[in-house]
Amino acid sequence: MATPFDLALSLLVLVIAAFAVLGRHGFMAVVFFITFGLLLALAWLRLDAVDVALAEAAIGAGLTGVLLLVARSRLKALEPPLAPAPHPVLRAGAGVGAAAVTTGLVLAIPALPLSTGLQAEVMEQLPLTGTDNPVTAVLLNLRGWDTLLETLVLLAALLGVWTLAREIDWPGRAGRAHRTRPDGVLAQFGRVLPPLALVIGVYLVWVGGHRPGGAFQGGTVLAAAWIVTVMAGLLPAPRVDDRTLRTALLAGPVAFVVLAVAGLLADSVLVFPPDRAKLLLLGLEALLAVSIAATLAMLVFGAPEDRSGRDP
Amino acid sequence: MLDALTLTLIGLGLGFFAAGSVGLIRFPDSPSRLHALTKADNLGLGLIALGLAFQVPDLGSLLKLLLVWALAIFSAGAAAQLVGRVAVEPDDGLPDSTER
Repeated sequence: MATPFDLALSLLVLVIAAFAVLGRHGFMAVVFFITFGLLLALAWLRLDAVDVALAEAAIGAGLTGVLLLVARSRLKALEPPLAPAPHPVLRAGAGVGAAAVTTGLVLAIPALPLSTGLQAEVMEQLPLTGTDNPVTAVLLNLRGWDTLLETLVLLAALLGVWTLAREIDWPGRAGRAHRTRPDGVLAQFGRVLPPLALVIGVYLVWVGGHRPGGAFQGGTVLAAAWIVTVMAGLLPAPRVDDRTLRTALLAGPVAFVVLAVAGLLADSVLVFPPDRAKLLLLGLEALLAVSIAATLAMLVFGAPEDRSGRDP
Repeated sequence: MLDALTLTLIGLGLGFFAAGSVGLIRFPDSPSRLHALTKADNLGLGLIALGLAFQVPDLGSLLKLLLVWALAIFSAGAAAQLVGRVAVEPDDGLPDSTER
């Protein structure tokens, strides 16, 4: 049932997306990208996909937005020479190709078979999965394989960022030093927000067992709490060779792999025995949240850099 | 009766948002734009939250609504201060070092 609101929202999402892609100004593009993420979260909400909406707002709009903003300011500082515009034929070719793919996709939509998806199958298996939230059941149990790989992708991304560090800066504290006035607005913000964010983050992880929420959404909120504290200059970013940090980064993926291997020995990869599934899933979700929070925050902090300079 | 109250309050709130958006686009400099924006944020969102408060099923939802409103005000206020300082004085390396 498409209501006028849904139609307007869909149209707005498309327009904002166009602005984000077509805008010539990098900062505007990022701002439109963040707006796009928030509107997309609203769209997921309209589709009753609260889990996805939470993830989109927290990760898609919030965290990716911060990463893009930081990346843009770093790129700007480098002042790259203007790349020559690609050859007109190349541009026309790319345009025609993109138009062809889009047309194909649009034409394919009416040809899709009418299907309710795997909803019935998931609901049937739900009592055996150890959780009452079908999304968590799919993510951690039925399709745990995907989530395992996702957490490894996050780790790989962090390794990629760390390889950008200069030899003389390694292993130092992540990113640049943040200095703020101790009585300033930002420091005040950094003192008030993190305790609240900690509670909300832990709540989101916990509630994922039976309602929308989970390790990714909660972990992102926890990461945000940490990022705000560091950006407000209240805590230094951790050293990249800090043992506690390394443990936090690895806890979730390692626990996942251990569970996968244990399942392999007992039955098959990533099979949770139904009688113990609830406990296993809860523990796994908690550890994953810690690792996701640590990894996302470290991605935002960046590689160790020269901290002696004037640059904040 | 409650529905009418909700509709009135949300309508008023939307009015503030619309006025704030117009101000954001039409006002000439950053401080006045921030002025328009923060008024819309605080008062508009407050009125909408108040309107919705008459529709909540239980006390828990009411508290959540209150928390959302308080957090939005808090972050909007802090962001406006930071934007204002960057706009008034050029950045000298400290994010809010221009405070006097």
